[in-house]
Amino acid sequence: MLVALVMVLVVAGSLAFHFLSPWRATPIASNWGFIDDTVALTFWITTAGFVAVVLFMAYCLYRFRHQPGRRAAYEPENQKLEAWLAIVTTIGVVLLLAPGLLVWGQYITAPEGAMEVEAVGVQWNWSFRLPGADKKLGASDVRLVDGANPLGVSPSDPRGRDDLIVADGELHLPLGKPVKMLLRSLDVLHDFYVPQIRAKMDLVPGLVSYLWFTPTKIGQYEILCAAYCGVGHPQMRGTLIVDEEADYARWLSAQQTFEQSRKSDKGGEKSASNE
Amino acid sequence: MTDLTGRTEDAAPPAEVPEMELFHAHSFLTKYVFCQDAKVIAIQYAGTAIAIGLVALVLSWVIRIQLAFPGAVALIDAKVYYQAVTMHGMIMVVYMLTAIFLGGFGNYLIPLMVGARDMVFPFVNMLSYWVYLLATLVLAASYFAPGGPSGAGWTLYPPQSILTGTPGYDYGIVMMLASLILFIVGFTMGGLNYVVTVLQARTRGMTLMRMPLTVWGIFAAAVMALLAFPGLFVACVMLLLDRTLGTSFFMPAIVEFGEHKAYVGGSPILFQHLFWFFGHPEVYIVALPAFGIVSDLISVHARKNIFGYRMMVWAIIAIGVLSMVVWGHHMYVSGMDPLFGFFFAVTTLAIAVPTALKVYNWVITLWRADISFTTPMLFALGFLVTFVNGGLTGLYLGNVIVDVPLSATLFVVAHFHMVMGIAPVLVIFGAIYHWYPKITGRMMDETLGKVHFWITFLGAYAIFFPMHYLGVLGVPRRFYELGETAFVPDSAHLLNVSITVLALVVGFAQAIFFYNLFTSLKRGKPAGGNPWRAASLEWQTPETPPGHGNWGDEPPIVYRWAYAYSVPGAPEDYIPQNEPPIRGELSS
Amino acid sequence: MSVMGLLFVVIASIAATWLWRQGVLQAPWLQEGEVAAYSGRAVAPPPAAKVGLGVFLAVAACVFSLMTAAYFMRQSSPDWRTPPMPGVLLLNTLTLIASSVTIQMAHFAAMQGARERLEAWLVASAALSLLFVMGQLWAWRELIAAGVYAAGNPANAFFYLLTGAHGLHLIGGLVAMAGAIGKVRDQQRTPESLASSVELCAIYWHFLLFVWLLLFLMLTGRADALGAICRRILS
Repeated sequence: MLVALVMVLVVAGSLAFHFLSPWRATPIASNWGFIDDTVALTFWITTAGFVAVVLFMAYCLYRFRHQPGRRAAYEPENQKLEAWLAIVTTIGVVLLLAPGLLVWGQYITAPEGAMEVEAVGVQWNWSFRLPGADKKLGASDVRLVDGANPLGVSPSDPRGRDDLIVADGELHLPLGKPVKMLLRSLDVLHDFYVPQIRAKMDLVPGLVSYLWFTPTKIGQYEILCAAYCGVGHPQMRGTLIVDEEADYARWLSAQQTFEQSRKSDKGGEKSASNE
Repeated sequence: MTDLTGRTEDAAPPAEVPEMELFHAHSFLTKYVFCQDAKVIAIQYAGTAIAIGLVALVLSWVIRIQLAFPGAVALIDAKVYYQAVTMHGMIMVVYMLTAIFLGGFGNYLIPLMVGARDMVFPFVNMLSYWVYLLATLVLAASYFAPGGPSGAGWTLYPPQSILTGTPGYDYGIVMMLASLILFIVGFTMGGLNYVVTVLQARTRGMTLMRMPLTVWGIFAAAVMALLAFPGLFVACVMLLLDRTLGTSFFMPAIVEFGEHKAYVGGSPILFQHLFWFFGHPEVYIVALPAFGIVSDLISVHARKNIFGYRMMVWAIIAIGVLSMVVWGHHMYVSGMDPLFGFFFAVTTLAIAVPTALKVYNWVITLWRADISFTTPMLFALGFLVTFVNGGLTGLYLGNVIVDVPLSATLFVVAHFHMVMGIAPVLVIFGAIYHWYPKITGRMMDETLGKVHFWITFLGAYAIFFPMHYLGVLGVPRRFYELGETAFVPDSAHLLNVSITVLALVVGFAQAIFFYNLFTSLKRGKPAGGNPWRAASLEWQTPETPPGHGNWGDEPPIVYRWAYAYSVPGAPEDYIPQNEPPIRGELSS
Repeated sequence: MSVMGLLFVVIASIAATWLWRQGVLQAPWLQEGEVAAYSGRAVAPPPAAKVGLGVFLAVAACVFSLMTAAYFMRQSSPDWRTPPMPGVLLLNTLTLIASSVTIQMAHFAAMQGARERLEAWLVASAALSLLFVMGQLWAWRELIAAGVYAAGNPANAFFYLLTGAHGLHLIGGLVAMAGAIGKVRDQQRTPESLASSVELCAIYWHFLLFVWLLLFLMLTGRADALGAICRRILS
């Protein structure tokens, strides 16, 4: 009796918690509304399963609890019933899987002409590199990293000279333009994670991974690292600011190119050695 | 009733099992310490696993206190926190759950349930325990090494795990890897025993399809473990070489805090493949024995045969096979070729079907049953609720695109604690309450057992169910402190505090269990040979607790399956497996 | 990983056949009586030790397959060089083949109950195996003297890893073989019990020879075609 009642209360409490609690996904700020839709679909299907199974169980617990003189029925199996259950479950799984795979297909296919932006992770901060006037990022290699070239951009690649280097962890992006983030790590695994964007991908040293999204809402968002990367992991923060086109252009023009940063750095070194 | 298709004319008897020579202990040392009796080894395994599990429980409090009251305890800095996270995870998954299900319940129950006198290689079995103990000690000793234990997270992902930004990068990680290698060697010795005993030492009449599902679950888990642990073994050896000899199996060229390292060209993703090749089957290595045990608990205490026994066996086999090809769902956002996502999402969701069928069969077993709410039954029911809950959230994380926003958040933490933390632990408790009378000859106290159950079940559910919502909110896991994070509202912090308070309460409430466990040894009600009136073979031993060799002079002969409950026309509501048939008993 | 896949297909098909013959699809569990139906033939089951060895070989095969899979995956990176190949390895391979042949002769002798011959073949096989292990160590020494270190290149690292893993398995086998030789010396042992323990050694030796030949082919680059296929499937 009591057991059955508690099981019903567990279901009721879980549902009440879901609908009454204030904790929801952060308001979305990218084109990945589809991801939220698949999450919602999964919620409805799995909730139906959970409620059905536990309530059925609670009913059995109440109805077939031990009472004097009761004897259980003897039924080794019922293949027809089992086959039906298998079919229904399979349908549920296909309902979950099919839209999921479709959206995944979009997720891994960046649109043609998306702006390429590179995010680079090191323990424990974010840097970014944007293409210059030629709209192309230059080659890079971790072995070229030094004090004057923190991202290891190849000085011999002409495409890289006008690349803009953003070392303060603050990335601006224009509203409504698809962006393909190229992800590169110089030391350990990191993960580019902005909750409002929904997209997420690891940065793996030794290779370049990617994700893409279109910012749809002006605002300032936190960039976190979502792959454990050592004691400073929680402190690895950056800022993503989605701007109107004009604001974005203003910010962009204030950034140093790779060539400028090297010159100024060399100048600094020279003056230091002169002193 | 279903078809009785057995064509008796061309049926051959299962081979008779030759009597085996047993090692007879003469001194205290060989009887209780270096013992070759599987039942003693089982107790040793379970005792060690529970002891190290308690260490991991304390570590979980360290984690929770830091998360709810950051900075309140000065002793817990980032280093201590990450070491606690790592050791808690590794101990619970490998050294506690795997060891107690296979080494503990496997050793105790397999020989008794299949009617064998002992495991087939008793000496190797004993060795297995001592190597396991050594592995546990090496792991525990890393707390006393300079720099402390590894704080690399239980997944030990390189490059981070062997670089200076991670606590314990110098000695801790080496001891961790050495301990894992030892564990795997020790486990392989035990695993050979469990598998070969089921294959070879079943008593006359004990066909595969008459074995209790507990044996099926442990057997399938042991086979999977034997095939999956090599993945971890290879990963550990290669990582150890990267750490000690400077090879570059997993280490690409990197710049560590401005300093170029000598590594070049290695692939961190290769490690992840090897690790999860072990890591995902590992989930089922823990789950399958729990599935098996829970089937038996439900059947005995509901006085009804497990519904759809054949489907249950097939589902175990299907889950075992499928679980070897789903490891990539831990790596959807790892930077591996994203096309793999399609394959692994399909295999992962496919595994939901046999798993769901098992759940249906458990609850259908309750239909028209005769349910007694004993402590073991309560724990089995608690398992059903937590497992269904945790299994369903697995459908979020297995479906590749739904995983993207939720991966690496507390949703994942909540999911796996519900499905492979709480659910199997509830089964472990249920199994201990259930078989304690056989092991000791005395009953555990039912009232204390029920109090223990309600606190543990409701408490644990209230810990982990709300935690999912922190994950939905986007709170990342493995954060020592959240700090200033605008997208997390202050109210979420209340939730963190309540989770921590409950975790402490539930943790301390386990004292009730240990009190019950130890006082019942002396003061428990004498149980008799078969207090639950169960049909399976382990309850039919001539002595309770069973003596060395289990069966006295003659091993039992088995005449029916392990689930002959409430058979129409039978005088009792159960018929032991070894009771000779009464003519016409099954003729309906 | 296709190496792993292949291994699993083999293991799974063995398991499936066995389960089917044990009646996993039928419902004999509902029948009563000491004898339940199953469609296997009534043959004496193999001894437990042999089954145990079979299971262990599956585990060892798993370890080597995973290392091979890792080898092929790692091979695709640009810093890969051809693994070193000291000349003595060819000689070692011949020694191991000879050791496998002699142990097979020992097994034949054991089945015929010819104790003296059995002991001689067994000792010869042990000596040859020991020679193989020493040859492998010699190869390592030569490489180290030539400055070919494990840290130098992943191919070197794999060379040491694979030969080391194989050598350790062989050394473990030698311990078992020493036990078998001890049993042969013990006059109280029946020829049957000797034959079964010599048979176990022989199976293990053939397995290790098989593994070594595959590794040898792989390290000398003759399995590159296979590797290329694997990489194509993976990428």
